[in-house]
Amino acid sequence: MSLEIIPYTIEVREDTGVNNAKLGIWLFLTSEVMLFGALFSSYVFLRIGAASWPEGSSILNIPMATLNTAFLITSSITMVMSWLSLVEKNFSAYKKYMLVTILLGLAFLVVKYFEYSAKFEHHLYPSTNTFLGLYFLMTGLHVLHVIGGLIMNIYLLLPGAKMWQSYPERFTNRVETAGLYWHFVDLVWIFLFPILYLL
Amino acid sequence: MSTEKHTTHELPFWRKYIFSTDHKIIGIQYGLTSLVFLFFGFCLVMLMRWQLAYPEQPIPFIGDWFGDSNAPGGIMLPEFYNQLGAMHGTIMVFLGIVPLAVGAFANYLVPLQVGAPDMAFPKLNMASYWVFFAGGVVMLASFFLPGGAASSGWTSYAPLAVVATVGQTYWLFGMFLIITSSLLGAINIIVTIIQLRAPGLTFFKLPFLVWAQLVTGFLLLLAFPPLEAAAFMQLMDRLAGTSFFIPSGLVVSGEILSNTGGGSPVLWQHLFWFLAHPEVYVLILPAIGIVTEIIAVNSRKPIWGYRTLVYSVLFLGFMSFAVWAHHMFMTGMGTTISTFFQTTTLIISVPSIVILTTLFITLWGGKIRFNTPMLFALAFLPMFGIGGLTGLPLGLNATDIALHDTYYVIGHFHYVVAPGTIFALFAGIYFWYPKITGRMMNDKLGKIHFFGSLVCMNGIFFPMLIVGLAGVSRRLWDGGQQYAHAQGVYHYNETMSIFAWVLALFQLIFIFNLFWSIWKGKKADDNPWQSTTLEWATPTPPPHGNFATPPVVYNGPYEYSVPGHSTDYLPQNKKV
Repeated sequence: MSLEIIPYTIEVREDTGVNNAKLGIWLFLTSEVMLFGALFSSYVFLRIGAASWPEGSSILNIPMATLNTAFLITSSITMVMSWLSLVEKNFSAYKKYMLVTILLGLAFLVVKYFEYSAKFEHHLYPSTNTFLGLYFLMTGLHVLHVIGGLIMNIYLLLPGAKMWQSYPERFTNRVETAGLYWHFVDLVWIFLFPILYLL
Repeated sequence: MSTEKHTTHELPFWRKYIFSTDHKIIGIQYGLTSLVFLFFGFCLVMLMRWQLAYPEQPIPFIGDWFGDSNAPGGIMLPEFYNQLGAMHGTIMVFLGIVPLAVGAFANYLVPLQVGAPDMAFPKLNMASYWVFFAGGVVMLASFFLPGGAASSGWTSYAPLAVVATVGQTYWLFGMFLIITSSLLGAINIIVTIIQLRAPGLTFFKLPFLVWAQLVTGFLLLLAFPPLEAAAFMQLMDRLAGTSFFIPSGLVVSGEILSNTGGGSPVLWQHLFWFLAHPEVYVLILPAIGIVTEIIAVNSRKPIWGYRTLVYSVLFLGFMSFAVWAHHMFMTGMGTTISTFFQTTTLIISVPSIVILTTLFITLWGGKIRFNTPMLFALAFLPMFGIGGLTGLPLGLNATDIALHDTYYVIGHFHYVVAPGTIFALFAGIYFWYPKITGRMMNDKLGKIHFFGSLVCMNGIFFPMLIVGLAGVSRRLWDGGQQYAHAQGVYHYNETMSIFAWVLALFQLIFIFNLFWSIWKGKKADDNPWQSTTLEWATPTPPPHGNFATPPVVYNGPYEYSVPGHSTDYLPQNKKV
């Protein structure tokens, strides 16, 4: 119903060069930049003011995080491939790439689970020191974003994919929009990894 | 896409009026809810004003409603006073004025003024309202917790807020919901303005209210997330034992806190004010937009310097992200940083003055109609002017140190928000009421409401400036009774309180008028004020999908008294 009366839901508006959803997701992502930006700024602020600061590499598990970085970067590529498959009207390839994207996202969560539980086993909690507090807060918020992205991708793979039959163009836009979000989640990790684990 | 009219099948009641995706219904929902919250927040302060005027005397009539934990024998405890103060601020700002100025006015008017059938994302729009509603419920519910509602001020400064009762946790959850709601709303408003403008409606033909809402949308979008981050950190400090905002060796009630320490209370202030200063402009920009529309229509003149207005509001929005630490001159962050923020603060006052000047010059030589909306809009100008000018000594580091913790600050920002923004919102309600209901609000009652409110508002807030200049702290639950330097001005507390209660009586007239006029008001046609902008080109009330035929725009927004025309106004969609 809304599709019928609201202009530029699917097609691009000529003078702005985007459709509504594309503009909407970019605005949402700017707001996300401010959210994580505030956390990164807080990290700098607290670290500068701290009497001592532990070495991230001595507490955190770099190999596991490297593996996770590989997972997320690969999943970003498969996400793009799934969208490109739709652009080329190849629905079965879309399903394959989307499934791989989801599996890589799940793999990221599994590795994260092992990382967190190893910390708890060594009695390293958010309350142990400010560095660990920030570690759990920032990666935890990122994990929430990954879970959100997974829910969205699973929806687009299973029940949401019906739209491919009725509004193929709109469905393609949806996957592209979801992809932009997924790349952002990937990008946040690219910043989190060096700042928490390496510096 | 087909532009033909949406089929007119009837939706069931709950889909049409409760879980509606129609921007007009959502706008009305926002409007009524926020008016209720505004009145509730006002009730909280009326209780506080009893305590300030007559400390340690039992509250009359309703004193035993509050229970022994809050007001034994009807005499208010300091803890309860603090709860009322914190929740008054929170409710007025986040649940009253912002949802009314943005949620209600932007939702109802922006799609109409840009000639769109609805908001860009109707379902998100509905979600935005209901998430806001849930946030309000959480805030209200917190009064019934053991220890009561949040009591660390609307600013929730750490470390006080970190060690406060469980009400503070609810405050944080309430804020998460409100932040989510405003994020959804902001995205929707921006996309609607950029994408759904009618054919011919270029950016410089937009009514100024739309510009104001666009900038407001960006402020909400970019300023709220840092507070969300800060709220996550405060939540972890409270629940997970972290020390983001807790310094080492903090002593609470004679005992050293078990947290590891090493955090910074000033960090909370930075993150909070990074939101809360742009938030001030979220409060004021829609108000300026509303006032601009009403002044143009009721002085039958184009706005003097429309582009100047637009550039000023853009500059204002941009600069509002660079002034936040002028709230923090007292934190000892250093003179270099203070000087920077003092400079940016003085710079940001320039576009505000430009805006006021533009509006004053617009009045010059106009054929002014003194109806109720115009009276409120006119009163907005000097009231906002007083609010702005009293802010200058606060923006200067040296004078701020003397004034910062006094009633002067309370007087200053209430002049901006109460007889400023709230007057503009009243003006907007009186002005667009005939479009929403098809009937005018009663003008006589409106004028009584206006003059009564004008006198009372000044009766409340002007003495605050005097009390503040005498050096009375703004955080005392007995109004400074025990201090020698407050003795000369203490009697003003009674004056202010009486004006506050009388102000409430005048609001009852407004509430009566609001409902009575739905059925008994004078019938209005589609364009009762002879206005040019697109919302008046719709049928009254606008149906689902808004316009009978999709409008095309040919003219600027303020074509009044155009020479050589039979009427003194030229609607935006009329081809000449």
